Amino acid sequence: MTGVIDYGVGNLFSLMSSLKAVGEKAVLSSDPSVLSGCDRIILPGVGAFRAAMDKLKEKNLDAFVKRYAATGKSVMGICLGMQLLFDRSYEFGVTEGLGLIRGEVLPLEDALRQKGLDYKVPHMGWNALNLVNGQNNDLKLKQGDFVYYVHSFYAPEGDYTVAYSDYGVPVTGVAAAKNVIGCQFHPEKSGKVGLDILKAFCAL
Amino acid sequence: MLTKRIIPCLDIRDGRVVKGVNFSGVSDVDDPVKLASAYNDAGADELVFYDITASSEGRKLFTDVLERVASSIFIPLTVGGGINTVEDFDRVLKSGADKVSVNSGAIKNPDLIAEAAEKYGSQCVVLSLDVKRAGGGFRLFAKGGRVDTGLDAVEFAVRGVNAGAGEIVLNSIDTDGVKNGFDLEMLKVFCDAVKVPVIASGGAGKAEDFIDLFKIRGVDAGLAASIFHFKEVDIADLKRLLDKNGVPVRLV
Repeated sequence: MTGVIDYGVGNLFSLMSSLKAVGEKAVLSSDPSVLSGCDRIILPGVGAFRAAMDKLKEKNLDAFVKRYAATGKSVMGICLGMQLLFDRSYEFGVTEGLGLIRGEVLPLEDALRQKGLDYKVPHMGWNALNLVNGQNNDLKLKQGDFVYYVHSFYAPEGDYTVAYSDYGVPVTGVAAAKNVIGCQFHPEKSGKVGLDILKAFCAL
Repeated sequence: MLTKRIIPCLDIRDGRVVKGVNFSGVSDVDDPVKLASAYNDAGADELVFYDITASSEGRKLFTDVLERVASSIFIPLTVGGGINTVEDFDRVLKSGADKVSVNSGAIKNPDLIAEAAEKYGSQCVVLSLDVKRAGGGFRLFAKGGRVDTGLDAVEFAVRGVNAGAGEIVLNSIDTDGVKNGFDLEMLKVFCDAVKVPVIASGGAGKAEDFIDLFKIRGVDAGLAASIFHFKEVDIADLKRLLDKNGVPVRLV
């Protein structure tokens, strides 16, 4: 059973249908007593970092996710949910995240400007994954597979980067720190590739 | 690098797919769920669903179709048609849409884009424009291209983006249904004016039209309906052709 954290951020229709499509039983809940009984949890999210952190805190779900991760069971953050797993984000000021992955979330626009690139922000559309050698590939990612991104802030390449996509700068697509995994793209919107990623996660 | 997107558009009336020529004379094509799955498998990068029903029963059928489609395909889904209020956004998002396209609703209510972007984020708000040459410029039309608003379409697009629209669908009434290629001249003007993704619509008649389309700097996606529905162009073949011609595409 996979628990999907419901904290009033984003549209969970596709995520729930995707889990169903890969044969996974999933429960959508904001109740730690329900979620803590799950074999793994997913932290979804779209929108602004600070507003999302505030909503997690309102329901004491920030403390819950940290406690859950400490048990060693798998946690996956998707899109903004991935960014929340990091130490902090520089989206409209500095906001502390959950600190489960050591690193920072930065504005993509600044990184592109520094390189003199006038690429559009958000980074929206299909981009290919490049695997980083020597990283644990629990999600069975394949070199060159296309996934669907929509985001304006990003995690630069770091020790946590399992796979990245090239958007003028390397954008971390999958980040991991032991049992905590983050997908910057939307696996639930990435066709068969995305479903395979969710399936692999549900087998962990 | 981001790939160029190929987007089939499905006009839905009373739960069925229809496609008109120059916005009139509709003909029944296929079951939307069947068609959507086929496009998903062929490598479509996204789907657009337009609700062109006027009745409340038609709207109910549309929501039902939307839910069935959204549960069976796993690529981004944009929904438009009859979106006049933030509540309309809510209705289609809850039924599985990822993005919502506004057209006449944004002309009637200038605050709609800002309100929706504030609530759901810019990535969710698509501004769809029906544009026709008139008076030496590009004029914005409303109500499915039937009513001349008298507004300058480029200015309207820029205002929409500033208010929070995250993407522009530019449908040229001049080339729509003519099948002689996209309106490259019009697209150039809009791509220079806005810095959000531009989706070109209207005029695709053959696969080669997409090669010409993606030579225009700033065009991110090509949208078409009838050439895909009537199988004149196969999406998998189209993507192989684009790939051969150096256009970055997602091959499945």
